[in-house]
Amino acid sequence: MPVGNQISIEKEKILHILERVTDPEIPVLTIQDMGIIRDVVFENHKIIVVITPTYSGCPAMSAISMAIRMELLSEGYPDVEIKEIFSPAWTTDWMSESGKQKLKEYGIAPPVVEKRISGLLFQEAPEVPCPRCSSTDTVMISEFGSTACKALMKCNTCLEPFDYFKCHR
Amino acid sequence: MTFYDYIIRLADNNLILGHRLSEWCGHGPFLEQDMAMTNISLDLIGQARSMYALAAEVKNQGETEDDIAFLRLEHEYQNLLLVEQPNGDFAHTVLRQLFFASFQLPLYQAMLQKLQGMTEEQFVTLRGILEKAVMEVTYHKRWSSEWVIRLGDGTTESHSRMVTAVYELYRYYGEAFISDAVDDAAVSEGYGVKPEELKAEVDQYIDDIFRQANLNIPVDTYMQRGGKQGVHSEYMGYLLSELQYMQRAYPNASW
Repeated sequence: MPVGNQISIEKEKILHILERVTDPEIPVLTIQDMGIIRDVVFENHKIIVVITPTYSGCPAMSAISMAIRMELLSEGYPDVEIKEIFSPAWTTDWMSESGKQKLKEYGIAPPVVEKRISGLLFQEAPEVPCPRCSSTDTVMISEFGSTACKALMKCNTCLEPFDYFKCHR
Repeated sequence: MTFYDYIIRLADNNLILGHRLSEWCGHGPFLEQDMAMTNISLDLIGQARSMYALAAEVKNQGETEDDIAFLRLEHEYQNLLLVEQPNGDFAHTVLRQLFFASFQLPLYQAMLQKLQGMTEEQFVTLRGILEKAVMEVTYHKRWSSEWVIRLGDGTTESHSRMVTAVYELYRYYGEAFISDAVDDAAVSEGYGVKPEELKAEVDQYIDDIFRQANLNIPVDTYMQRGGKQGVHSEYMGYLLSELQYMQRAYPNASW
């Protein structure tokens, strides 16, 4: 078990290894970009990685836990515990700026703080710029997309459909 | 044990409604709505799972979240009668969702206020689960409201389907707002909410949506009750036989 300033050095090292773990649904994003890793703690010979789920039923969480274990195992850390904590709840605000940029380049519109405008539906939809042509003339097709965290949108300018990472806060 | 009982009730509603919605998987009226229903199902089952895990931890008798979800008998489930009602057609499903989400959202918000400042670990965890759930349920409520309006104020066919759904489901709307001993105990322990206090706000919301949807609220409806006390409608047994099949047929199976 590391002591004193060894702890922070060791923690840096672990966090560095964990940069290889990506979201299985959005492979351009690391779990650090997503803001999923909350802490790394040492207990005797065990490493406890504290993570927070994004959506309650997100099936990616178990894949992510597995990937964390595998990466750490391959670097010689066999004794790893993954602890999920719920509070405070994850929000898209924790997603890093570079993460948002990577999302956009990948073709998924990053979460925008929703200034709600009147949309195609009876109520309202957020104004989301198209990740391809940046036009704001977009419509929401469905608030529920290919995964729990995404909505399905369409750009009226370039006519391409695209995924939007919902603002969750 | 009040905390355990109270959490189990919240979770049972989510599990059973989540299971019902999962039955739509691959059968939705079109792709986007098929995905919407399975997304909502996933949210609800995820919330249930976190709550069961918390309940198991608090009870601390070696029970797991799976034991609670899969290995109880029918009378031990304490969900509302509303959420176990069959999917019917799409009109029934969206109306059931509207009734439930309109109740669930203010309930969770009121609980969050009560939990503010409570520092014991179980309350902090519950607060995290509810904070996340509130974000999710906000979407469920908006989605179901829009569909009730769209169908109710739509074609002759869609309107008549909505009218039938209202006629058949409204009798299950009221149970959520009738408190019993478990609610009272949870209120006195500081985290529970008296459901009667939510009723005016929810009634008002439903009224507003129904007006936009061209639907009338039935008068003089006797509100069915019993689910919260484990007395279920006949549909519940069939639902559980499917939900529990794997664990009953192959005990302790895991993958």
